[in-house]
Amino acid sequence: MSSIGFECLNVRYGQQEALYAFTDQVRPGEWLCLIGPNGAGKSSVLRAVAGLVRHRGIITVDGTPLATRSPRRRAALVAYVPQSPLMPDDMTGLEYVLLGRNPYIGYFGNETKHDRALVADVLARLDLEAFASRRLGALSGGERQRLVIARAVAQEAPILLLDEPTSALDIGHQQQALELVDRLRREHGLTVVSAMHDLTLAGLYADRLALLHQGHVVATGDAAHVLRPETLSEFYGVSVSVHHEPDGTVVVVPRRSASI
Amino acid sequence: MPELQADRRPSRRWWFPVALVLLAAAAALGAMIGPAGGISSTNWEIIWNIRLPRVVLAGIVGAMLSLAGASYQGVFRNPLVDPYLLGAAAGAGLGASLVFIYGRVSTAGWLVDPLPLAAFVGALLAVTVTYTVGASFGGSSLSLVLAGVAVAALATAVQQYLLLRHSEVIKEVYSWISGRVSTATWSDVKLVLPYVVVCSIVLLLHRRHLDVLRVGDEEAATLGSEVRRVRLVVVIAATLGTAAVVSVSGLIGFVGIMVPHLVRLLAGSSYRLVLPLSIVVGAAFLILADIPGRVLEQGAETPIGVVTALVGAPMFIFVLRTRRVPA
Repeated sequence: MSSIGFECLNVRYGQQEALYAFTDQVRPGEWLCLIGPNGAGKSSVLRAVAGLVRHRGIITVDGTPLATRSPRRRAALVAYVPQSPLMPDDMTGLEYVLLGRNPYIGYFGNETKHDRALVADVLARLDLEAFASRRLGALSGGERQRLVIARAVAQEAPILLLDEPTSALDIGHQQQALELVDRLRREHGLTVVSAMHDLTLAGLYADRLALLHQGHVVATGDAAHVLRPETLSEFYGVSVSVHHEPDGTVVVVPRRSASI
Repeated sequence: MPELQADRRPSRRWWFPVALVLLAAAAALGAMIGPAGGISSTNWEIIWNIRLPRVVLAGIVGAMLSLAGASYQGVFRNPLVDPYLLGAAAGAGLGASLVFIYGRVSTAGWLVDPLPLAAFVGALLAVTVTYTVGASFGGSSLSLVLAGVAVAALATAVQQYLLLRHSEVIKEVYSWISGRVSTATWSDVKLVLPYVVVCSIVLLLHRRHLDVLRVGDEEAATLGSEVRRVRLVVVIAATLGTAAVVSVSGLIGFVGIMVPHLVRLLAGSSYRLVLPLSIVVGAAFLILADIPGRVLEQGAETPIGVVTALVGAPMFIFVLRTRRVPA
């Protein structure tokens, strides 16, 4: 299990400041979910950890700055599931998941027997064997999303980054994908940082939420603490009612404005 | 693991031997057919000194153009690019023309022939401009192809202007552009072989990286790939190989699109298979494409580029139709 620390992380795109002084410490095995309106800086945090945007400030994994790592070493520490992965239509499921082994293969090397056995095991455990020889273009959105998660699992990184993992899925597949992440997190002791739009799902699965607004963290804590009607109305500009189920689930329901 | 691969592996294992048999058959056919008739003891000289170098050179050129095409398609993630559409060939032509115009005589005694080098620099320059312009308009398939067309047109225009000003070298340049496959000698083979061997080895060593690049630059980077380095090395190797073969074969279009596409249709899209198969199938294809030219007209040769264009242009349109190319 690995921890991930952020010290005063700043990200800017040109003149546009996307993230200010993001500071957080994600405990080993914790699931932190970033929420906030579009453009709040959620993706910037994830992309900075994945090494896809230039940033100021320090990101550490188990206390060691990530910036000092080689690209391959970084990929062995952090697996990234993008919001809309590029999945070539004519690639097979097996070929796709095997890409997760890339950090462990030398420049002129090839997958070893161990890599292939590990990928076969991942496909079996995620119940994806049927898709090993299928073309990605022939699969549904939910099946493709599970293959992307399988690729991240094959990467064997202790930290998993998920950018809107469920935005393209129906409610059943949303639940299926998040249950899968939760199961993998427990089995492998993964530390998860995700960005999500669905507040109820975010509160349901994450240990802790961080609400971002215009690049600043404005609230952090468990679902009951962050998902309050007055907080959401202030930063999302919406009118919602928040229900607390007996089992502790926090449900966020939008309300129609009374004037119509 | 074994049962997982069972459904793909056998077919994959067969494609390579099948392609090699095709290549052997094409080479035998190429050696047997010609104006002087079939194989007999009297025309062994003809076969060894005239037909075989021609067959070998056509094979080398076909292999290199196909391999370069498949490699460009990999690093640019675009099934429509080939050495010609990227402007590499036109750039090579311009570079070579400059040598003919400004220094063929004065460089005659040089240790290294500057002609392939100038062709390489011209080709690399053209590919760089095409890619930069294409990327600045969003980097889609379409913008890359259109940028390539523009760069090729520009290079050709500059070349034509220079040739009009220096009409004394027009004949030399055009005989260089239209190629020497039909008059190939063993020394032509020796000239290109080192370039082709080195470039092919470099490209084949990157075939796994091309598979990683298929998920896009960003995801490849998060998987630990050094995307810029891979792209740079592959583009340089493919361009150098292209420039080397263009300097003996002249402009032969469409091979670099047609052959890799055919290979993908038959054997799947993994570059680990597409690259080596493109070498073998490309060699066989160009050897076969060289045969009709010898027999269609008595006493004259139809250039090999005419044959490949006749087959390739309809094929290109077919690729455009079947691939849903993002605009």
